[in-house]
Amino acid sequence: MSNFTLKKISRRAFFKKTGIAGGGLILAYSIPSIAKDGQPLVESSELNAFIQIREDGKILIYSGSPEMGQGIKTSLPMIVAEELGAKWSDVIVEQTPEVDTEKYGRQSTGGSYTLYRNWNLMREMGATAREMLLGAGALIMEVPKSELEAAESQIRHRRTNKSFSFAQLAGLAQRQPIPEKDSLVFKAREDYRILGTSKSQVDSLEIVTGVGDYGIDTKVPEMLFGCYEKCDAVGGKIVSANIDAVKELPGVVDAYIVKGNGKPNELMDGVGIVGTSTWSVFKAREKLEVVWDESLASKASWSDFESFAQTVKKEDSEDKINIGDIESSIGNSENTVLESFYEYPYVSHLCLEPMNCTAHFTKGESADKDHLEIWLPTQNGPRFQQFAESFYGLKKDQLTIHIKRMGGSFGRRNTNDYVSEAIELSKRSGKPVKLTWSREDSMKGDFFREGGFNKIRGVLDPEGKLVGWDEHLIRADYPGKPGFLTGPWPSAFPFNSIENVRASLSTFRLDTPTGAWRAPYSNTHAFVSQSFIHELASKAGRDHLEFLLEILGEPRWLAPGQVNALNTERAIGVLNRVAKESGLSKRPLDQGRGLGLAFYFCHAAHVAEVADVSISKNQEVTVHKITAAVDVGPIINMSGALNQVEGSIMDGLSTMIGQKITMENGRIQETNLDQYPVLRINSAPEIDVHFIQSDYDPTGLGEPALPPLAPAVANAIFAATGSRVRKMPLNELGYRV
Amino acid sequence: MPKYSFSVNGSKQTVEAEAEMPLLWVLRDLLGLTGSKFGCGIGQCGACTIHLNGEPMRSCLLPVADAAGQNIATIEGLATKKSLHKVQEAWISEDVAQCGYCQAGQIMSAVALLEKNSDPTDEDIDSAMAGNYCRCGTYIRIRKAIHSAAKATSIDQLAREA
Ligand code: FES
Ligand code: FES
Repeated sequence: MSNFTLKKISRRAFFKKTGIAGGGLILAYSIPSIAKDGQPLVESSELNAFIQIREDGKILIYSGSPEMGQGIKTSLPMIVAEELGAKWSDVIVEQTPEVDTEKYGRQSTGGSYTLYRNWNLMREMGATAREMLLGAGALIMEVPKSELEAAESQIRHRRTNKSFSFAQLAGLAQRQPIPEKDSLVFKAREDYRILGTSKSQVDSLEIVTGVGDYGIDTKVPEMLFGCYEKCDAVGGKIVSANIDAVKELPGVVDAYIVKGNGKPNELMDGVGIVGTSTWSVFKAREKLEVVWDESLASKASWSDFESFAQTVKKEDSEDKINIGDIESSIGNSENTVLESFYEYPYVSHLCLEPMNCTAHFTKGESADKDHLEIWLPTQNGPRFQQFAESFYGLKKDQLTIHIKRMGGSFGRRNTNDYVSEAIELSKRSGKPVKLTWSREDSMKGDFFREGGFNKIRGVLDPEGKLVGWDEHLIRADYPGKPGFLTGPWPSAFPFNSIENVRASLSTFRLDTPTGAWRAPYSNTHAFVSQSFIHELASKAGRDHLEFLLEILGEPRWLAPGQVNALNTERAIGVLNRVAKESGLSKRPLDQGRGLGLAFYFCHAAHVAEVADVSISKNQEVTVHKITAAVDVGPIINMSGALNQVEGSIMDGLSTMIGQKITMENGRIQETNLDQYPVLRINSAPEIDVHFIQSDYDPTGLGEPALPPLAPAVANAIFAATGSRVRKMPLNELGYRV
Repeated sequence: MPKYSFSVNGSKQTVEAEAEMPLLWVLRDLLGLTGSKFGCGIGQCGACTIHLNGEPMRSCLLPVADAAGQNIATIEGLATKKSLHKVQEAWISEDVAQCGYCQAGQIMSAVALLEKNSDPTDEDIDSAMAGNYCRCGTYIRIRKAIHSAAKATSIDQLAREA
């Protein structure tokens, strides 16, 4: 059960707060731990609704998590509706009208944990409302509550088939006592009518009719359009710019030199231009001449990093994981040692909707009367609130935040860089400003998935069993880099499953900002580790699947009850399933065609994939089919779940085929789609997904199907050709798609 | 500044703009029609796809001067007051979208394809749709939705003929 407490809300206060019309049953929750001055939160002013059963029959459910294509705005309300006994077509879902974690709980999304975190809370919401409706039904029908059931937005008396709609009962239900949390009984899985079925996204209609309201579509009266030019080498300081000339250009309203605080994720020096259309400011920008002081700017160079990786010595690295006795296992002359070197590049988030933000700053009589209204595409509203306070001194009551739907994020929209630029332009112009980054801005100014290198040794005992793993990770570093991105992660497979393990780290100073990118760390570690496991199996002359199963060992949960710990029983389950569904061991294949297997565990999900790939004589790659077996517990929205797995597989493939960001003298070299190939529909493989709907709590799918894709394809290429893929992207090895 | 007139979704529009201003920005910033999306600005992603006299076109590369006097259709004009276009319906029932940002462009390209070819094969779809990038990787569903829209259209026709 969650730590939340459900409360009814005084309707007058609710209307005042949100302006939502209609009466009925309104349920809200509060988080007792953040009560002020030791007092429980006061209902009338501090609570807000998550769910409203209106007298017109509609059921309004608020979605607090930002939507970026992961489908959370549909899946969380499905859970509420299921427990409630609602008819799905009666449900309306709206984004929470403001950012306030005291009212709405966690208003951020990421790490594929949003679903897991909200599972119990959503069920409690639904079950509580259901009990109150049943209570109201019992009063009206004058029968015991136990003889009633809730389904299809009706309370029905089982024996007589008499029924009242939720709409009819909502008013009376509001006056029913709130059931104790511990008295709530959740539905059994076999009684589900909504969960596990396929529901089209709640915003589908808006999307297909072109009225879907993304950040970049924001329209505010008197709004100006803006752009912002920064130094191409991160950290360049502005000396001067010809802004007087730029101000004279057609469609330009004003131009400003802005000084930043030197933090790429907050505000960097630059020139802002505002005008009457996005195009006019983009156009004016071409005439902009800026003198930059690059003495402290990034000199990052991919080729320097490459040479460092080739020459850095193991002895110069720092041990991060040390289990068992790796030296003796390597030194044992009966053992066989295999060594390989892997490489993977920086890659871009490439959200199709470029970075943008609309801000309207209004000056008050004094600083504490200043106000900022902001239309914000972000994964993390609360992080912006903290930034607004620390950087601009704006308190919560000086902010009005509208969280916007995002045209993709994949970890990108977690920073405040594009946000502060919009605020700066609004502050200076006194007008609402929609700031839009060009595609080039979005690629140059990314917080990339970082690239790196692994020197890796595996040790096989005389029986061909994997007994040692010695990995030397070579990664980039810069001041302020988020540490978790680097690795190695001790909890990662197979570090957690081998007797003797060492993983050490060498870092190279490279001032190119990096950040979370779909399945951080796992997205490259899976490629290295799962390709290398296949190398070891081949070296030992053993079947890959059997070799993997041996590494996993006995069915057990490495840390029982902890969703983030590997559960080998579930791992074995997905491996066997994917082998069966793909015909891994049986299917006779043509010359130049091969199947490749990979398993990975991250984001609480066990995923195995098999790639079916052909390579022609001139190295043309055709990926025929990807088969995936996935265990994330029960599926909430089948269509949404499949969409995430399909999307992660396409993303993994697109990335491994031809994507690579390089930098020279601090400058990003690939700045638009003509220099950065992406997967198109004509190369999209067939995808066959099998869910093992185990009884564990459901977990998210935004990321975990991506990591196994690259090694599965790499292993299939080996099966087809006998050539190893130890480097991404594939086009650098001469492969073409 | 020069003035240009053209028809958008059947109604006449006149804008004052520089001759080279791409139609995409005229639609989005001057006319407030934000259904057509900005993705790359160089004709590589297809998010800005509109119809110019019935032909799919990248509006980010089309100067407003070249649109003068022409018929332009955007995603906003696809549905009638009474009903969605078959392609839009198929997009909803196949739950094609993830983030949805590319889908206006995808739908405009798909509609243009089906107008020329009422029963496209996978290969036809692949070649007509290869200019429309989907970052979220919804390609399998795009294929499915085009096939099901094609089927729905032909069933409609049969019904009308009968
Ligand atoms: S914005 Fe026109 S093709 Fe990308
Ligand atoms: S659905 Fe996100 S880009 Fe296509």
